[in-house]
Amino acid sequence: MKQRITVDPITRIEGHLRVDCEIEDGVIKKAWSTGTMWRGIEKILVGRNPEDAWIITQRICGVCTTVHAIASVRAVEDAIDAEVPLNAQYIRNIITAGHCIHDNIVHFYQLSALDWVDVTSALKADPQKAADLMAKVSSWPGNSVQEFAAVQKKVNSLVERGQLGIFANGYWGHKDMKLSPEVNLICVAHYLQALECQRNANKAVAVLGGKSPHIQNLAVGGVANPINLDGVGVLNMERLLLLKTYIDKLNDFVEQVYKPDVAIIAAFYPEWLEVGAGVVNYLSIPELPTDTKNSSFIMPGGYIENGDLSTFREITTPKDEWLRKGIAECSKHAWYSDEELLAPWEGKTNPSYTEWDPEGKYSWSKSVTFYDKTVQVGPLAQVLAMLAKGDVRCKKHLGDILGVYKMLTGKVIELPQLHSTIGRIAARGIRCAMMKDAMSEQWQALIDNIGKGDVTTWIKPEIPDHEVHGVGFLEAPRGMLSHWIVIDNGKIANYQAVVPSTWNAGPRNQNDEPGPYEASLVGTPVADAELPLEIIRTIHSFDPCMSCAIHMVDEDGEDVTVVKVL
Amino acid sequence: MNAEKNTQMLDCLGVSRRDFMKFCTGIAATLGLGGLSSTEAIAEALTSKKLPPVIWIGAQECTGCTEALLRATHPTLETLLFQVISLEYHEVLCAAAGHQVEANKHRAMEEYKGEYVLVVDGSIPTKDGGVYCMVAGKPIGEHIKEAAEGAAAIIAIGSCAAWGGVPSIGPNPTGAVGVQEFLPDKKIINIPGCPPNPSNFIATVVHLLTFKKLPELDAEGRPKFAYGRLIHEHCERRPHFDAGRFAEAYGDEGHRQGWCLYKLGCKGPETYGNCPSLEFCDVGGGIWPVGIGHPCIGCNEKGVGFSKGISELAHVVRPTPPAVHPEVNTPAGGENKVAGTAILAGVAGLAAGVSVMTVKELGRQQKEGKNSSQEKEN
Repeated sequence: MKQRITVDPITRIEGHLRVDCEIEDGVIKKAWSTGTMWRGIEKILVGRNPEDAWIITQRICGVCTTVHAIASVRAVEDAIDAEVPLNAQYIRNIITAGHCIHDNIVHFYQLSALDWVDVTSALKADPQKAADLMAKVSSWPGNSVQEFAAVQKKVNSLVERGQLGIFANGYWGHKDMKLSPEVNLICVAHYLQALECQRNANKAVAVLGGKSPHIQNLAVGGVANPINLDGVGVLNMERLLLLKTYIDKLNDFVEQVYKPDVAIIAAFYPEWLEVGAGVVNYLSIPELPTDTKNSSFIMPGGYIENGDLSTFREITTPKDEWLRKGIAECSKHAWYSDEELLAPWEGKTNPSYTEWDPEGKYSWSKSVTFYDKTVQVGPLAQVLAMLAKGDVRCKKHLGDILGVYKMLTGKVIELPQLHSTIGRIAARGIRCAMMKDAMSEQWQALIDNIGKGDVTTWIKPEIPDHEVHGVGFLEAPRGMLSHWIVIDNGKIANYQAVVPSTWNAGPRNQNDEPGPYEASLVGTPVADAELPLEIIRTIHSFDPCMSCAIHMVDEDGEDVTVVKVL
Repeated sequence: MNAEKNTQMLDCLGVSRRDFMKFCTGIAATLGLGGLSSTEAIAEALTSKKLPPVIWIGAQECTGCTEALLRATHPTLETLLFQVISLEYHEVLCAAAGHQVEANKHRAMEEYKGEYVLVVDGSIPTKDGGVYCMVAGKPIGEHIKEAAEGAAAIIAIGSCAAWGGVPSIGPNPTGAVGVQEFLPDKKIINIPGCPPNPSNFIATVVHLLTFKKLPELDAEGRPKFAYGRLIHEHCERRPHFDAGRFAEAYGDEGHRQGWCLYKLGCKGPETYGNCPSLEFCDVGGGIWPVGIGHPCIGCNEKGVGFSKGISELAHVVRPTPPAVHPEVNTPAGGENKVAGTAILAGVAGLAAGVSVMTVKELGRQQKEGKNSSQEKEN
């Protein structure tokens, strides 16, 4: 039996996404990923002062927020070959790490947990048994009988009122919900506790950024934070200690809650270690620069082909020409009129909306390729690069998660199993833990540097009159991000953002090969097409961010818009 | 069981007993609770402890406004969702997806007709029939129109929904507009900001629910408790402005002394907001953009936020402070021979110490019948 289903909207993501699947005999045979919103942010940027771009590009996305600001100032700095003061690098790194920790935690709990956790089943749990269970894997004080009983009471109050609110019409009681009532209760408790942890990550970001989301402390050439240990209302020791206090609050939740929970979900759903691989070419770039010239980094990145770690080609600098020359975009299957394969600096994007056509155009998102190949970006790409490089800290965090998994199941997870839906979820947890370690280290580095007497935070950028090109790379929570800028006569002449969700959520490419979302769904069994839980599990494992994916337009764009009313 | 009493209450609400029980059975089935007894129990609870329903629709948004709610602390998002409101529809937070989530929205719109608060974030694309934001196969504008019909109140959160925001600036490629422009016949409460402070939004919602009326709004539909004063007039760096002490480059001596950021392009003098007094993320100690050393970009204000460059100087009507300030013990509205602008501030009920006011602010106060102060000044 053949069925076609449309899931629109996909919820618990950023932005607007639609997914269509063709299901035959209970298994997905074909899939289409459709971005359904477009704003034209780049068109708005043309003609503006490049030093102002970051304040607008940051509004590409309120979830990815800071990364679009930092990538933008990096693009301009690259174009004019500017150095960035060490203090500014550390401050940006602390913000990048803090934002990533918040984002990864919110993704695991608020956005994807409800695909695996049955909230209503938690009502049947015995809080004592739940506490006993967790005592074996974690020393987190929030795993007490009292805490679990209080959470149960809270959920019960929704039921008693008859108002399930955000939990209404979920996939409760679905036959593929496999956690015991106790584990469901534990996860619901952690869903609520995660909110507190991510608030602390944001407070750390706000101490430097002035607000969150949408930080406001950047400048091309550095940051706007004045450092003066003897000044009032500036970055002094008191402010730095406030920052450290919030950083220190993140450790226990990540180590004692997030990492064990990843292992628990994997233990109850081992079959999801076997599906959802999709595209297994991986691309990531190094992140958290530790010098003024972006030539050394804390976290490595690189390219892996066909899931084979021995093919790893490390990328040590964002200046790598091989990296820059390999990236191209195409809109053969996207609602734009120019279909040729173009490098981002030459990018064109004239909107041309037609009906949704599975053989033709069906998304506002373009498809991006690397040397003509579709690649997957994201935490899994980054973690695989780190494993290929032999990164000790990455191995430790992965080992911790595998240890809990083994304790619960008696089994081991093999490397090939990481190419899966659960693999992406686990990699996000590992990367979050690494960011948490790095955040503390970068705080110490900042203190040490200030201690040496360096208080420089900004170097005035010199923007030339002639045409210059720049690209700002950043390994963002959802994967490799790049902002491409052309500056002419001191103004922005072209601007293109090639974002993680364009790499992953894009439609079929110039060779009609499916994008990572689409490929990852093929082969997934769907028990009940009316309740497409399996589809959203895999789609959520990528952490879709659709505002990011779709916002491009030609710089001198005549709007050649063809509209067919549906 | 007190079924009869429930039925009487339902009659008042205009809901038939049959429809009501059908709804309760639906909930019981959703929860996997079978049988009549659980349905009856839910029915009884429902008529006594119902939380006010809220439907949140995202248009051309970046989710920054929802992200801001994740940072809220007074109250927290979890308190809001479990104890203050019942969030019936929200694309980012709802457990359901696809037609399940859409069905639930329609159920809520019917069930709570005339009772729910509608919240919109994001601008609405009006060009080309609205194809630039489609949800469940329909332009987002149609979803908003539909939901606005049965809403008791409509709140536009964030600058995009309030006045068009980033998508509407420059060439406005998608014909993006705010909710008020899209629904000219409806009264819209605007909470601008990019994103706004979540506390301003939550306080507005709770004000509505508690006092059953709108908070006082300004001419732009913004609650006065949050947007009633220029940022410049409540900024902790204002004394530096008055004394002529300015930072002129990031990291220069003035910047490192915490002086006024006006010359770096601060838009505080032309932007209404409570950022200096409320700050962000409830960290404390001066955590807001100006507080940490970056000029205000005027994100609340149409024609300022994202339209003007970061370093472009703000429009200040009378940038020169009065030579002599009023005495601190001058009674409000009382005689003062020194500075006319200070008397005006006192009469208008604003805080003492407001010495420079824009024409816009003066105009607003005159409209409110405070002409006596104007006469005095003349």
